Amino acid sequence: MEKKLKIIVQKLEKEFGAIASETRGEVSLFVLAERIIAVCQQVQGQGFELLSAMTAVDYWPQENPRFHVVYEFTSVSKNLRLEIRVPVPGLNPSLPTVSGIYRNANWRERELWDMFGIRFEGHPDLRRILMPADWEGHPLRKDYPLGYEEPQFTFNSEEIDLRKPYAKE
Amino acid sequence: MGVEQKLGNMGVVTTTLEQAVNWSRTNAMWPMLFGLACCAIEMMAAQASHYDMSRFGMELMRPSPRQSDLMIVAGRVSRKMAPVLRRLYDQMPEPKWVISMGDCASCGGVFNNYAIMQGVDEVVPVDVYVAGCPPRPEALIHGIVTLHEKVRGMKFAEVK
Repeated sequence: MEKKLKIIVQKLEKEFGAIASETRGEVSLFVLAERIIAVCQQVQGQGFELLSAMTAVDYWPQENPRFHVVYEFTSVSKNLRLEIRVPVPGLNPSLPTVSGIYRNANWRERELWDMFGIRFEGHPDLRRILMPADWEGHPLRKDYPLGYEEPQFTFNSEEIDLRKPYAKE
Repeated sequence: MGVEQKLGNMGVVTTTLEQAVNWSRTNAMWPMLFGLACCAIEMMAAQASHYDMSRFGMELMRPSPRQSDLMIVAGRVSRKMAPVLRRLYDQMPEPKWVISMGDCASCGGVFNNYAIMQGVDEVVPVDVYVAGCPPRPEALIHGIVTLHEKVRGMKFAEVK
């Protein structure tokens, strides 16, 4: 770990009870959901101007809590990168929004709501961003069914053909 | 064209109205620009100088559905694109035809998932399917010539 980054990580560990882990030089900080706003304010104050990515991972069924929401911060001025992970349980998953601190989190949080069904409390406009507005379910969850059409082979092609909803003129 | 044989030495060509209309439809077919993915690159190549689709009377790609009578669906159709595609199809004047170019447009291809339509034939009626991922320009041109054969055999009674 770089010295500049180490000072920031130790500060976050002390103030917010974050747990740091390092893999191949990349630092992840595990933070509790209720502290994420305070942590983000602190991180921004430390010179991380950019929320370069925000995504989630579904570890169902191996891990509990099943979701990790991942925030990737970049500091252009200090040339540093920091990852913050927030574990979120699967039942009614929700997090406080950070769109007031990093403006671009607005669309990222909408994407996470769309794809994983994670609610962001206090978000100004939480609706689907990628899928059609009337879509049911959240497609990037691990328990979401993969495809919706069976592949056609010679033995079942006629049967599938009968069921296929062909368009009319 | 075989006009010389029909012409004889009388200087007159006799034909049916159906044949004449169908001939003119095949030789002035204006496809609509509908490049959705990588197949569109092959569609462009089919029109460029090397393959020159204008040999078959279709050098004009129209950006407006109201001026075109053939829709070449080149690429995967996402679920959000499907209503747009249907709307553009409905705006095209009759008679109109659809070529489904490539595996993704024909059956979903490798994308059997939540985002992609499993074949554009769920949205619009398709006349010719062109297989390939992506199809070479020759394959697209073959599909178009196949469509021309279909159009030449059309009866007025069948057209709406």
